[in-house]
Amino acid sequence: MTLDAKIPDGDLEHKWTKYRSTIPLINPANKRNLEVIVVGSGLAGSSAAASLAEMGYKVKVFCFQDSARRAHSIAAQGGINAAKNYQNDGDSVYRLFYDTVKGGDYRSREANVYRLAEVSANIIDQCVAQGVPFAREYGGYLSNRSFGGVQVQRTFYAAGQTGQQLLLGAYSALMRQTGMGTVQMYARHEMLDIVVIDGKCRGIIARDLISGQLERHFGHAVLLCSGGYGNVFYLSTNAMGSNVTAAWKANKRGAFFANPCFTQIHPTCIPVTGEHQSKLTLMSESLRNDGRIWVPKQKDDPRKPNNIPEEERDYYLERRYPAFGNLVPRDVASRAAKERCDAGFGVGTSKMAVYLDFRFNRKRYGHLEANKQGNHHPTDEEVWKLGKDVITEKYGNLFDMYKQITGEDPYEQPMRIYPAVHYTMGGLWVDYNLMTTIPGLYALGEANFSDHGANRLGASALMQGLADGYFVIPYTIGAYLSQEIRTKAIPTDSEAFATAEQNVNETIKHFLDLKGKLPVDHFHRELGKIMWNKCGMARNEAGLKEAITEIRNLREEFWKDVRVPGAANEFNPELEKAGRVADFFELSELMCMDALHRNESCGAHFREEYQTADGEALRDDANFSYVAAWENKGNNTYEMHKEDLKFENIKIAQRSYK
Amino acid sequence: MSLKKIFNSSTGRKAAMGLTGLFLISFLVVHCAVNALIFLNDGGDTFNRGAHFMSSNPVIRTLEIVLFLGVIWHIVQALVITRTNQKARPVAYAVVNANASSKWYSRWMGLLGTLILMFLIIHLKHFWIGSRFTGLQSGMILIDGREYENMFGELKLVFSKGIVVIIYCLAMVSLAYHLLQGFQSSFHSLGLKHKKYTPVVETAGVWFSILVPLIFALMPVSIYFGWIS
Amino acid sequence: MLSGAISNRLGVLVLLIISYILNSMNLTLKIWRQQNRTAKGGFKTYKVSDVSPDMSFLEMIDVLNDKLIREGEDPVAFDHDCREGICGMCSMYINGRPHGPGKGITTCQLHMRSFQDGDHITIEPWRAAPFPVIKDLAVDRSAFDRIMQAGGFISVNTGNAQEANNILIPKEEADHAFSAAACIGCGACVAVCKNASAMLFVSAKVSQLAQLPQGQVEAKERVLQMVAQMDAEGFGSCSNTYACEAECPKLISCDNIARMNREYLKSSLT
Repeated sequence: MTLDAKIPDGDLEHKWTKYRSTIPLINPANKRNLEVIVVGSGLAGSSAAASLAEMGYKVKVFCFQDSARRAHSIAAQGGINAAKNYQNDGDSVYRLFYDTVKGGDYRSREANVYRLAEVSANIIDQCVAQGVPFAREYGGYLSNRSFGGVQVQRTFYAAGQTGQQLLLGAYSALMRQTGMGTVQMYARHEMLDIVVIDGKCRGIIARDLISGQLERHFGHAVLLCSGGYGNVFYLSTNAMGSNVTAAWKANKRGAFFANPCFTQIHPTCIPVTGEHQSKLTLMSESLRNDGRIWVPKQKDDPRKPNNIPEEERDYYLERRYPAFGNLVPRDVASRAAKERCDAGFGVGTSKMAVYLDFRFNRKRYGHLEANKQGNHHPTDEEVWKLGKDVITEKYGNLFDMYKQITGEDPYEQPMRIYPAVHYTMGGLWVDYNLMTTIPGLYALGEANFSDHGANRLGASALMQGLADGYFVIPYTIGAYLSQEIRTKAIPTDSEAFATAEQNVNETIKHFLDLKGKLPVDHFHRELGKIMWNKCGMARNEAGLKEAITEIRNLREEFWKDVRVPGAANEFNPELEKAGRVADFFELSELMCMDALHRNESCGAHFREEYQTADGEALRDDANFSYVAAWENKGNNTYEMHKEDLKFENIKIAQRSYK
Repeated sequence: MSLKKIFNSSTGRKAAMGLTGLFLISFLVVHCAVNALIFLNDGGDTFNRGAHFMSSNPVIRTLEIVLFLGVIWHIVQALVITRTNQKARPVAYAVVNANASSKWYSRWMGLLGTLILMFLIIHLKHFWIGSRFTGLQSGMILIDGREYENMFGELKLVFSKGIVVIIYCLAMVSLAYHLLQGFQSSFHSLGLKHKKYTPVVETAGVWFSILVPLIFALMPVSIYFGWIS
Repeated sequence: MLSGAISNRLGVLVLLIISYILNSMNLTLKIWRQQNRTAKGGFKTYKVSDVSPDMSFLEMIDVLNDKLIREGEDPVAFDHDCREGICGMCSMYINGRPHGPGKGITTCQLHMRSFQDGDHITIEPWRAAPFPVIKDLAVDRSAFDRIMQAGGFISVNTGNAQEANNILIPKEEADHAFSAAACIGCGACVAVCKNASAMLFVSAKVSQLAQLPQGQVEAKERVLQMVAQMDAEGFGSCSNTYACEAECPKLISCDNIARMNREYLKSSLT
């Protein structure tokens, strides 16, 4: 099978506009008979569901949480990019496109990224109209800030809760449609399989998590907006429930999984404190606007950070990357932190942390505020106090969060941070229409692979989720559904539905009958350790091969010895977890295979064998300028298909932030 | 939206409580001002004239009916709201640390109100029923050639018993706490919140809640101890 | 060099273990157990040992559940997801307070350093008629979704929007709207309210949209419909104890309730 990305012809600048105007339309009467299933209610899912319902489709939305508003998009902190050029600093659609492709280390599809940059401005308009309270300047205009990997200010934000505000905007649109009856909401429902009939996706099997009943739902199209798979590492910034199950079941039914090894490790997270740790908390990238990252120049320096004089601090990002300094992209910042800690310069009790220090900018802000207030000779205390107010306004919730978790006051001493798994650039392979390799099955947002290449820039995930949901799928789905207007709803008592439900039932029964000894979390934690150590920030051939063996052994043990208490027909969180971890066990092996086959370093994928003399990632464009899309052949065997990446509008260069 | 619906909604009921509350507060001001005439210490002459005016003026008599309606409405609303509220939590918590988040008297408005109601019944029996229907025990008194009801004499009679004075004082403590919560709460329920004026209302509320019950309480105390005669 | 690094790491490890042993706590938990919505529930007492002060409260429950599963018992069901205080899913009533001791935090942000060795902790689900228990500590808060469906939105279809900077909003108003919009819909306000009232939740949304020019068009209908739905769900009435504000993990102000009252009266009387 050859992969056809269905990229429209024509100039990059006009592809989307022209294509959008030529997609077949569906008359409103027919739309009312077309049913669309949306799995996941985050930014991509909520925005897609609301938009499709507004257009007249019959929509069903499924989420495993108790409300659509809980989806993990809610936790995104820093902001959302858009090429508005409000700051008059030279931003443009092309520059956002360019930054994103470069930030992704030239492993993303040009046409998709350009479209993303094009619609980015509409997203801000839409959200403001919904009542999203973005930060504003005193004149009443929208405010912007900087994010990593770019040199313009194009990030819109709402304190450190941008994801929350955007999701609540999309959620409110979704609730409006639900109230009008155009959307049927299925909260506390988990999709456990998709149903494929005659090569087309025709529905899903979902479990009502309260009653435990399996349900069959028909749809002319199914949209997977189920997020990323970072929880394969057990410890990540993802929510506890974030999982790969929806995407993985699709992979098992024929949807290719693209670039699974591209996982983003976020540089600024609160370090692990012990074995009990269940999740890691991100400290927004926006903090790097005002925080400076450093370690002591002396190994095992016993002094408190505030007692270490300026000249004995190593601001290693500013030293290594003078052009971008603390605002280098995430992959670069993470690796640099790991390098310092591995070399023995780490701080804190675990020595696996670096400092993120606000003292310098707090003073700077203090002086600025004093000046604004007409106080041109402020005392040090006044400066310190005024500076704190500015920092509080910008990052108050993050500072509070840090204090809650660590018990230390970040206003008085630098934060201790360390990289942690955050986002997955890989995902289901989709074409320009966001359709997977199964006709009628789409993947949106983090669940697909399309826009971020090998590394995502900060504040771009929110942009992509909403772009896919509000402004891409409402058009592109017409290309498929216009051919389906004659398809009557398929009765869910048909054989395909029955078989799919039977399969799900058997898996559940198997788990409950096992009566093993060890809890699901035990296996998940062990799997996470293997992945973090051998398929994490740095990978090598030997380690990946070991990891594959270890995963296989652990998986075998899991299927023999896991203990799932309770019954199938009740609210049973352990049963839910077991199913999700089972899927992680299969995905993790594929991730290692993908990492092993990609004999280059690019973006977040850093193979130790492939690096420059000064430790930077060494890409191999001649051999690896392609998307690796994996077809599941059953029994943990896969066949790789390549989609070659062509860069016609951008000059490929070594990514440099120096 | 029909008015009936509005007054049956939770927010409408709140507003009704606030509105009647403010009305009763305004009554307290008048009542307190008239009764404070006893502190003139002129043998109750001015006070008796004042009392006569209050009981004979047709406008005041009409307002009296409104006042009763206000009290009844305040009570009925309170009962209805309390019943809805109880239904909203059918299973109680085993452990409640309510003082961590709110003042005790804000939670016990119902109890404080009931105490005030009980006092009100006693109070009406002491003075109002006699004045309106059965005639005062102290009869009539001549002031400057005109005959007035001897309300001041009635005060002296009633407040000669220590137990009555104690009941009145305790009732005023209940009233003080009821007002402490109720005063600012009325404004809140009517949506009258403003960053400049709300602090003024709150401060005024605290002073009102202390001063008015204090002045009221001083009346039986002063008479009992013979500070005024 | 290498051996130096290893012995260094070893030293760190030993230190960590020592500090762990010195700091670890033993606790007695009294937890509400209820098999399902209709079953009769009751308290059960559990002991947990070796709790580190660095653990979050939910991680402490994880430890208990791990033990229960290994012993073949039914683990405690509870709602949780993001574990960073923003999704609003976690919902435990700890020692008589929603989200336990501490100001401006959710249960998942509560850390065990707020407790002491030997403490007895009572954990109950949110209690309110519109929040029926699903199992143990998990309750059904779909009433909140239905209130939002009644009017918690601005009716703008995708594609309708005008250029964002055409709507100017004074910074102060935008900040106030944001403070109200920060609500995470956890239901702590209902849980703590002696009347199980949902006024703070509802008013936060009403107030957010009432303060923005975009929200004006539908302001009247919105407040009437949301309040009507809130009443229909069976929430109690507000009696201004302000306990909700005190326990709200996002410190949403009761001023929003006053604003909603005003909006409601304005809308219903005009």
